[in-house]
Amino acid sequence: MGEHILSWMTFFPVIGAAVIAFIPGGRKSVIKTVAAAAAAVPLILAVQLYLQFDRGSSGLQFVEHHSWIKSFNIEYFMAVDGLSMPMMLLTALLSFLCIFASWNIEKATKGYFAMFLILEAGMFGVFCALDFFLFYVFWEVMLLPMYFLIGIWGGPRREYAAIKFFLYTLAGSVLMLLAMIAFYLNTSDPVTGGHTFNMVHMFDQNNHSPWLQVTNVRHLLWMALFIGFAIKVPVFPFHTWLPDAHVEAPTAVSVILAGVLLKMGTYGLLRISYPMLPDQAMWFRYALATLGAINILYGAYCAMAQKDMKKLVAYSSVSHMGYVLLGMAAMNSAGMNGAVLQMFNHGTITAMMFLCVGVVYDRAHTREINGFGGLGLQMPRYFSFFSFALFAALGLPGLSGFVSEAMIFMGAFPAFRTITIISALGIIIGAAYVLWMLQRVFLGPKNDKWDNLPDINAREMLTLVPIGILVLLLGVYPMPVLDLMKVTLNNLVKVVAG
Amino acid sequence: MSDQAIITAAISILLLPLLSYALTFFFGRMLPRKGDFIGVTLMGVALVQALRIFIAFWQVGDPTHRVEKAFTWLDLGGFRLDAGILVDGMTSVMLMVVCIVSFLVHLYSTGYMHGDRRYERFFAFLGFFTFSMIGIVLANNLFFLYVFWELVGLSSYLLIGFFFHKHSAANANKKAFLTNRVGDWGFWLGILAFFTATGTLNYFELFAEVHAGAIKGPLLAWAGVGLFMGCVGKSAQMPLHIWLPDAMEGPTPVSALIHAATMVAAGVYMVARLAPLFGPDAMLVILYVGAVTAFITATIALVKTDIKRVLAFSTLSQLGYMVMSLGAGDPVNAMYHLTTHAMFKALLFLGAGSVIHAVHSQEMPDMGGLRKKMPITFVTFLIATLAISGVPLLSGFYSKDGILGSVLAFGMLEGHYLPFILGITAAALTPFYMFRIVFLTFFGQPRDHHKFDHAHESGRAMTIPLIVLAVMSVIAAGIPGNTADKSWFRKFAVAYDVPAIAAQYQAQKAPVSVVAHQEDVHGDVAHEHGEAGHGEAIHGEAAPDHDGHAMPAAHDGHAGAHVETHAAHGHDDHVAHVHHTAHVRAMIMSIFVATLGITASWWTYHRRRVNPAAIQARLPFAHKVLQGQYFFDELYAATVYRFTLWWAAVCAAFDRIVIDGIVNGTGYVTRMVSWVSSLCDRYIVDGAVNGVAAVLQGAGEGFRRVQTGRIQTYLVYVSASVLVLILIYRVL
Repeated sequence: MGEHILSWMTFFPVIGAAVIAFIPGGRKSVIKTVAAAAAAVPLILAVQLYLQFDRGSSGLQFVEHHSWIKSFNIEYFMAVDGLSMPMMLLTALLSFLCIFASWNIEKATKGYFAMFLILEAGMFGVFCALDFFLFYVFWEVMLLPMYFLIGIWGGPRREYAAIKFFLYTLAGSVLMLLAMIAFYLNTSDPVTGGHTFNMVHMFDQNNHSPWLQVTNVRHLLWMALFIGFAIKVPVFPFHTWLPDAHVEAPTAVSVILAGVLLKMGTYGLLRISYPMLPDQAMWFRYALATLGAINILYGAYCAMAQKDMKKLVAYSSVSHMGYVLLGMAAMNSAGMNGAVLQMFNHGTITAMMFLCVGVVYDRAHTREINGFGGLGLQMPRYFSFFSFALFAALGLPGLSGFVSEAMIFMGAFPAFRTITIISALGIIIGAAYVLWMLQRVFLGPKNDKWDNLPDINAREMLTLVPIGILVLLLGVYPMPVLDLMKVTLNNLVKVVAG
Repeated sequence: MSDQAIITAAISILLLPLLSYALTFFFGRMLPRKGDFIGVTLMGVALVQALRIFIAFWQVGDPTHRVEKAFTWLDLGGFRLDAGILVDGMTSVMLMVVCIVSFLVHLYSTGYMHGDRRYERFFAFLGFFTFSMIGIVLANNLFFLYVFWELVGLSSYLLIGFFFHKHSAANANKKAFLTNRVGDWGFWLGILAFFTATGTLNYFELFAEVHAGAIKGPLLAWAGVGLFMGCVGKSAQMPLHIWLPDAMEGPTPVSALIHAATMVAAGVYMVARLAPLFGPDAMLVILYVGAVTAFITATIALVKTDIKRVLAFSTLSQLGYMVMSLGAGDPVNAMYHLTTHAMFKALLFLGAGSVIHAVHSQEMPDMGGLRKKMPITFVTFLIATLAISGVPLLSGFYSKDGILGSVLAFGMLEGHYLPFILGITAAALTPFYMFRIVFLTFFGQPRDHHKFDHAHESGRAMTIPLIVLAVMSVIAAGIPGNTADKSWFRKFAVAYDVPAIAAQYQAQKAPVSVVAHQEDVHGDVAHEHGEAGHGEAIHGEAAPDHDGHAMPAAHDGHAGAHVETHAAHGHDDHVAHVHHTAHVRAMIMSIFVATLGITASWWTYHRRRVNPAAIQARLPFAHKVLQGQYFFDELYAATVYRFTLWWAAVCAAFDRIVIDGIVNGTGYVTRMVSWVSSLCDRYIVDGAVNGVAAVLQGAGEGFRRVQTGRIQTYLVYVSASVLVLILIYRVL
C-alpha cells in the first residue's frame, strides 16, 4: 500500500461500494459494517499520510504518475502537497464519522451506503488529482452520488433541491470544462511538445502558447474558472443552491456537503486558478476580497433571519467561507495560511453543527428554532455539545475557528484596510445569530412539549467527540495543521504575488 | 525569588484554576460535596503563589522591573505569533487582587450556592473564569490578551446565564456578550492597526516601536481609540455600559467576582498596561468617556431600589473614575483605585448577597432593620460603604482622591475642567446613594416582617470572606494613619521607562550589541531593571532620573508612564507644582463632598427630615429619566436592534425573492424555452417533416390513381402533356 497510498485511499471506498452491491438489501447491519470498514481504511491511510508527509517540502509527494489515455496525453497523476493534505485528512475523518451519523438510515440502506462510498472516492480524487482531466472526472463523479443522496434520502422538497444542486454545479462544470480545453490546447508538454492536461505543466507559464498570454484571454479564462469554482464555494450571488440542498439533505450528507464539498471551490481556486493565472489572481484580488466581505456579512444577516436551524447553519457556512475568500485575496502568508486553515476548521466546526442539528431533528422531527426553548434543562449533555459547536462557530479563542479567522484578518488588514474593517463586523453579527439561536432553543423555561426528548446518545457522541477534540486542540495549538501547509502556501504566495 | 521561579509560580497560578475547572466540570458530580473543595483548595494554593510573587516584587521595590518569558506559538516562517508571560509589579498586584477575591468568592459560594441543582457547574465556571482572568493579567502580547479577553467574556456569559431557565437571565447574558463584542470589534481592529504598523504584538516591543514613530498621527489616535473600545465594552463605559446592570441576573458571588472586582476592571488594566500606546487624542476621548460614565451612572444609582442594581451602577461610576484617571494620564491611580475598589466592592456585593440570602429579596423596600439580625454583615458592609464614600483613613479615600487630584491637575494644565466637575459631583453622590443602602437595609424598622423574621446571619463560609475583605478595604491603600506607607503602591506602579525600553529594543535589533545583550535575546527572561542606565548610554537620550522623579511620584503616583512628555526639567517642575496644588485642592474638596453626601443621606434616609417621594413628585421628569437609566436601552432597541433585525429580514427576503428568484427564473425560462422549442419541434419542425411526408404521400395517392393501367388513358395524358409543354414553350 505504501507506494500507492493515494490510489488506495481513493479507490478503497469503491471496493467497499462494490462489495455492498453484492450484499442482500435486507442485511442492513452487514451493509453498515462493510461501509464503516471501507471508510476506516482511508482514515488509517490518512493517518499514515499525516505521519509520513514531509513538512519541509513544497513539492508534490506520494506521486503516482502513469499514462492513461495516450491519444489525448491524459495521465493518471495523483499526488498531494501542503494544500491538499489538510483536505485529504478532513475528507477521511468526516467520511468515516458520517457513516456512523447515517446509522439510522432505513430507506434503501444498501443504495445509500454504496452512493456514500462512491462520493468519498470522488472527493479524495478531486483533492489529489494533478491531471486536469482526471480532476474533472472526479469532480463529476462526485456530483452524481450527491444528486441521488439528496434526491432520494432527502426531505420533502428533495427533488427540487437535488436538481437545483445538480444543475447549478453542472453549469459551473461546463465553464470549467471550456477553460480546461482551452488550457489543454494551449499548453505544451516541455518534453514531448504535445498538448497536455498535466497541471504542473500548466502552472509553468513558459509552456503556455502565445494565445494563452493574451491578457483578455486570460481574464476570460480566469472568469470561467472562477465562476465554476465560485458556485461550489458558494460565492454570493451563486449561493442559493446551498440552503436548499442543506435543508433537504440527510444529516450526514449535509456534513459532507458543507464540510468537504464547499472546500472544493476554494481548493480549485488555489490549486488551479492561482498558479495557472497568477497575474489574473492579482488583478482580481480586490473583487475577491469584496466578495468575501459580502459573503461574510450577507451570509450572517441571512442566517440571523432564518427560522429553520439547518438553514441558519447553512447560511453560516456562506458567511464562514467568506473569510476564506478574504484570506485568499490578501496574497500574503498570514492570509493564505489562514484561508486554508479556515477551510479545514470550517469543515470540522460546521460538521459539528450539522450533526447537532441532526440530533434534535431525529427526536423532535422539526427544526423550527422558535418551536423549542428550555432544551438546556431537558438535554443538558446535548446542550454542552451544541454550545461548544456554536461557540467555535462564533470564533471563540481556544477553539480552532478563532485562529484561522484571526490569521485571515491579520493578513487582510494590511492588504485592504476598509474591506477588513467592514468584514470584521462579522464577528459581531456572527455572535448575534449564534447566541440568539442558542437562547431560543436552549435557554428560557422548559417547554413541556419536549418533555420526553432523550438526551444525546452514545452513537451520536461518538461522531461529535473526535471532531470536538480536534477543534479544541487546533484552537489551543494550530501548528499540527499549519505545519503541513505553510511551506506550500508560502511558495504559492511567492508565485502569485512575486 | 529567581526569575525562573517567578515564571513557574505565575504559570501555576494560571493553570490551577483551569485544573479546578476541568476536575469539577467532568468529575464534580461524582465527588462528595460535588467537588466544591477542589476549587477552594486550588484557589488557596494559587493565592499563596500570588503572595510569593507579590512579596518578591515588594522586595525588589522597582516598578520597572519585569520578568518576561515567551515561546513561539505559531510560526509560518515570516509570520509569527508568540505566547508569553509578563510579570512585573503591576502584574503582581493584579494577581493578588484576582486571587484574593476569587478565593474568597469560591469559599463564599459554598454557602451561597448550597443546594443549587447545577452546583458543580457553578464552581467549574468560576474556575474557568479565574483562569481566563489570570490569562489577561499575565499576557505579554496583544494577541493573547485578546484571547483571554474573549474567554472572560465567555465565562461572564456562562455565569450571567447560570439561571438560564429565566428569560431575564437568558436575555442578559446574550446582551452582555454582544455588547462586549461591539467593543471587541474596535479592540481587534486596534490590535490589527498596531500590528500592521509595527510588525509586533509584544507590549514592550510595541512601546519601543511607537516611541520610534512607527505609528503616529491620526492612525495612532484611531488605533488607540480602537484599543480603548475594548475597555469601553469590558469595563462597561458609556455608551456600551448597558450590559452591566442586566448582568446582575447572575448569582451574587459572580457579581462580586466578575462584575465588580475583576473582569470589569480588565479594561482599566489593559489601558494602564498599554499606557504608552495611547496618544494625546485618544487620551482625551478616554478622559471624557470616563468622566461622563462616572457622573451619569452615579445619578442613576440614586433612584434604584434593587440593592444589586444600585451596586452595579456604583461599580459603573467607580470604573468611570478609573478610566477618567487613565485619560488624565495617571494610570497609577487608576490601578490604585482598581485595587482598593476590588476589595470594597467585592465586599459590598458579598454583603448584599448575605442580605439577599437572608431575606430572599433584592428589593430594599422589603428590608430594613437588619442591623441587629446580621451584625457581621452590617459592620463589614458599613466599612465598605465608608471606604467607597471616600472617608479618610480608609482605602477608597486615597485612591479616589489621587484620581480627582490628577484630573484636576490635567484640567489646570490643559484647560479641561468639565471632567473634574463631573468627577467631584459623582464623588458627592457616591456616599449619598451608598448610605441610602445602609440606612434602608440595616437601619430603621423592618418593612416586611415575614421576611425579617426569617432573616438570620449567614454561615461562616459566607461571613469569613466578609471579614477578610473588610480588613482589606481598610488597609488596601496602606495602614491607616501611616502616611509613609500609604504610598506602597508606588513600588508596583505602572511605570514604563519608555526611552530605555526603546534603547534596549534597538540594541537588541542591532547586531553590534548582540554580545552585550546575549542574555537578552528575545524570548528569554529579560531584565529591564538595572539596564536603564545602559540603555541611556546607548541611546544618548536623557533617561529619567528615578530618584529625582520620585518626589512628585511619591505624592501623586505619577511614575515613568508619562515621563517622556515631561522631559524638560523646567517644565517638569511646573507640572509637579500644579500637581501638588491640584492634589491639595482635590483632597479638601473630596473630604468636603464626602461629608456632604453622608450627611444628606443621613438626613434623608435616617432622620427622614426630607421626603424622597416628595422630591420625586416635584421632579417627575428627572425621576423618570433616572429610573429609565437615561433610556439607553430604549434608544438601542429602537435603533440598533430594530435596524439589525430589519436588515437581516431584508437580506433574507432579498435572498429568497431576488437571488433565488433569478435562479428559479432562469430555470423557469429555460423550461419555457424548452417548452416553446418542443412546440416548434412538434408543429413546425415536425410539421414540416410530416408535411413533406404528407405531400409526398398525397402525391403518391394522386399518382397512384393516375396509374390506371389502360393504354387509352395514358395516351390522353401524354397528348395533354405534350400540349401543355408546347404551350409553355410558346409562352416562354
